Amino acid sequence: MTNPAKLSCKALWKVYGGSDQAKGHIFGAEIFPPGEEVLQGFGMIGAVKHAFLEIAEGEIFVIMGLSGSGKSTLVRLLAGLIKPSFGEIYLDGKDLLKMSERELIELRRHKMGMVFQHFALLPHLTVLQNVAFPLTIQGQAKAAAQTRALEVIELVGLKGRESYFPRELSGGQQQRVGIARSLAVKPEIWFLDEPFSALDPLIRREMQDEFLRLQGMLKKTIVFITHDFDEAIRLADRIAIMKDGRIIQVATPEELVLNPADDYVQEFTRHVPRDKVLSVGAVMEKGAAGEGSGIPVKAKIAEVAADVIAAGKPLKVIDDTGQPVGAIDAQRVIDVLVRNEA
Amino acid sequence: MAWASPRTVVWPGLFVLTWLLATFGRGWLEAAGLGWAMQYPDAWVIPLKDSISAAMKWLVEEASFGLFTFTEFTRGISWLIEQPYNLARALLAEGFVQGHGRRAVQIVPPVSWIAVTAGVVALGHYARDWLLATIVGAAFLYLAVFGQWESAMVTLASVLIAVPIGVAGGLLLGITAYRHRSFERLLKPVLDLMQTIPIFAYLVPILFMFGFGPVSALVATVIYAMPPMVRITTMALHAVDPEIRDFGVMSGCTRRQMTWRVLVPSARASLMVGVNQVIMLSLNMVIIASMIGAGGLGFDVLSALRRLNIGGGFEAGIAIVILAVAIDRLSQAFAARATTFTPPPKGDTWIKRHPRSVIVLAILLASYAVGLFLPAVQTYPDTATLTTGRFWDNGVKYLNINFYDQFEAVKLFFLQGFLLPVKRFFLGIPWPWAIAMVTAIGWTFGGWKLALMNLLMAGFIAATGMWEKAMITVYLCGTSVVIASIIGIPLGILAAVNERAGRIIGVLIDTLQTLPSFVYLIPVVMLFRIGDFTAMLAIVLYALVPAVRYAAHGVRSVSPELIEAGVISGCTRRQLLTRIRLPLALPEILLGLNQTIMLALSMLVITALVGTRDLGQEVYIALTKADTGRGLVAGFAIAFIAIIADRVITASARSARIRYGLESANG
Ligand SMILES: Nc1ncnc2c1ncn2[C@@H]1O[C@H](COP(=O)(O)OP(=O)(O)OP(=O)(O)O)[C@@H](O)[C@H]1O
Ligand SMILES: [Mg+2]
Repeated sequence: MTNPAKLSCKALWKVYGGSDQAKGHIFGAEIFPPGEEVLQGFGMIGAVKHAFLEIAEGEIFVIMGLSGSGKSTLVRLLAGLIKPSFGEIYLDGKDLLKMSERELIELRRHKMGMVFQHFALLPHLTVLQNVAFPLTIQGQAKAAAQTRALEVIELVGLKGRESYFPRELSGGQQQRVGIARSLAVKPEIWFLDEPFSALDPLIRREMQDEFLRLQGMLKKTIVFITHDFDEAIRLADRIAIMKDGRIIQVATPEELVLNPADDYVQEFTRHVPRDKVLSVGAVMEKGAAGEGSGIPVKAKIAEVAADVIAAGKPLKVIDDTGQPVGAIDAQRVIDVLVRNEA
Repeated sequence: MAWASPRTVVWPGLFVLTWLLATFGRGWLEAAGLGWAMQYPDAWVIPLKDSISAAMKWLVEEASFGLFTFTEFTRGISWLIEQPYNLARALLAEGFVQGHGRRAVQIVPPVSWIAVTAGVVALGHYARDWLLATIVGAAFLYLAVFGQWESAMVTLASVLIAVPIGVAGGLLLGITAYRHRSFERLLKPVLDLMQTIPIFAYLVPILFMFGFGPVSALVATVIYAMPPMVRITTMALHAVDPEIRDFGVMSGCTRRQMTWRVLVPSARASLMVGVNQVIMLSLNMVIIASMIGAGGLGFDVLSALRRLNIGGGFEAGIAIVILAVAIDRLSQAFAARATTFTPPPKGDTWIKRHPRSVIVLAILLASYAVGLFLPAVQTYPDTATLTTGRFWDNGVKYLNINFYDQFEAVKLFFLQGFLLPVKRFFLGIPWPWAIAMVTAIGWTFGGWKLALMNLLMAGFIAATGMWEKAMITVYLCGTSVVIASIIGIPLGILAAVNERAGRIIGVLIDTLQTLPSFVYLIPVVMLFRIGDFTAMLAIVLYALVPAVRYAAHGVRSVSPELIEAGVISGCTRRQLLTRIRLPLALPEILLGLNQTIMLALSMLVITALVGTRDLGQEVYIALTKADTGRGLVAGFAIAFIAIIADRVITASARSARIRYGLESANG
């Protein structure tokens, strides 16, 4: 990554169970980092184990894994909702764990936003009041808070429903309120813990599009959790895959498909539509010559497949600067498409 | 114990031994020179009462916190409570007066009966609908028409003051307990004790500190009504969706904002249940507290009972019931409303947005103005009141004249066939033996901890010289609980297996539950006069509710799969009941038994009014003599009986659950 890290963590641990003494022992120098048997021996469950992450400014960083793999725990650690058993967390280069309660509150009021799986709307407030809530908590004047709230409500397409109560809205609409609420304070970093998994598939897609549209406008740094790989590759710049509390691989969707770190990751990627993940650059014959006006090396196979197959001969591939870097022919494209079917 | 299963040999054996001791023990022991085992010797009594009384005396007369004395402190509290109370009482019942005693002149009359009724009708409509409005309106009209208005308003004024204090106090304590684990741990046993010590026991020290009058009554009411609010608050806050809590943290709430703007509003449906509880308990207690000067309907019942004025007692009793039902329905409707979130009223002016308030205000002013010339509008005219007193008098007289022999026969049958033998049995057990048995029971069901606790508590009762009265208490409660269970458990089972019966019984139970304990005394005293049998009947009536409710719930919640399994294997309906439903519902039924015992014990002091000679009477006497030590010691004795019963039953319910695999042994 060329951008500086917005949010990062080093050797982050969260264990549940076990005595304080045992924790002190484990996270003391001799046996660190502890293995599985050691944890079990002390009657501990490691919800997050030895996590290293660097999340860049403006990036959509997706954490994915099966249920119970520690995704929520990791994001709650990053957001400062729970204290780690061991490790360091930096936001804009400042140590999150060394901050006072007061500083943390300020941070959450101005820099962080969070969207929850089950929306977490306050049942006794209207849509408008819910969205304005984080602003009024900060002591903003009612009028200013309302103006801003109306702005974001319009942004998420809920104009006209300001005076509804949460229970009068559908699931998708409720989550739009949740999104609007988290955006009201103009956060720099945005946490979303399985925001769409309580919604049915059609609405989920619609919300994903909505999410991409918003991010196109807002360019936040995003930590997004999901257990749905399709969702991950649709949204992610990079994906971290977790299993039993450990981060197994951090990579772009394309790298995951091309070079899965182990069988577990490969299992995840098996049913992925490869043409939508793989780029021309990964499939082309490097250095070869081709014809045509040039296909961008970063384009996805799905976008160019029709052209390449129709052309009947190798087409030229160019990089960002317009220099030719290789060629791609129908056979290579078809290989990708056929692997899809399998 | 390898040599015999305790269930089959040891306990029946011990029981027979106890019975023999109880029946013939006196002779044997006296012959053996062990008379002290029958009657706890006076010389051995620890003078705890006197110490407590002395401490109390010191507290009131000498204790000082440096800047101010204890008495000044209590006076301060008195003053704080008195101000709003006097205002409420003036508004509702007495009007604002100048001067004292006979020379007092009324400057402003109280709110007219018309305006108050209009007010509750508006509240009913606001909280739910016209039906509720009609019900509460009719209830208040009844109070006016049947001449109970003024007493009812005095009672209402007390409730109006006690409830906000109880709710606010309970909420604050509950929140503190939620925030600080250690405080919660500290509070829990105190709450347990507060709910098991009979109210009267703490009426005495309160009386001592605050003097005879409405303030004492209010303080007692608040103490009595607050514990459930504390519990419900803590529970409700713990039950708030963790996501919502996380959201609060993530939006940067301070602790205070978190509590008041996120947690409390999110929990408000459950909190309203607590408020409803506080209201009902306050009403119950305000009635009881009329003994120490709260006045109102309770006082009317009490003085009618003392004069054996049957009609008057009935009338005031019914008025209590009606007031209780009206308040209960109103507060339940408010609770339900709090969970449905109606949009705020629309309209550009205050008047348009608050049509009900405007109408009530108009009626208030109009009735005041008209009332100046037409007193009937201000105060419901005495000449127009109806009275049912004569009717009740005659009814009871008729029953007593024509069925006297039958009533006597029933009473005699129960007394001689059931009550007296049981009483003789309990009084006959030598106290050291009884303590040993209670300890052994504790040992069997709950291990050495329970055994030790039982030993200490039973020992306390003996050592403070309360043994005989405690045994009468146990006998009276025991027989009442047995009868309440014999009636209640089948009713509960019936309610669970038959839908229509279930609905009828449900309504009955709900109504019984809203009635203040006092009310149960009236009809039975009228028919059976005073004595143990009357006390038992009143206790049975009061304590019936949980027996029915838990039995019904237990039978209902047996897993449908098990029932189906029974049907498949060819059980008849009867077999389904006896082989599957009842055994599985047993733990739940035991819990109901537990509650029945608690209610029975708490009814005890009230039945002391009808001349029982138990611990309740001891408390009651202490109350009339303002003898703090005596009242508290007897109160603790009752609480200890309650706690022993509670722990033993809970432990045995647990072992039953483990036996049926509903709970794991180490869970
Ligand atoms: N408060 C806690 N106490 C004990 N164990 C916990 C606690 N919170 C989480 N765990 C454990 O940590 C592990 C990871 O939980 P986490 O909620 O992070 O999983 P997740 O990946 O978010 O799963 P899901 O997809 O179901 O949300 C689980 O095994 C869980 O049981
Ligand atoms: Mg999760």
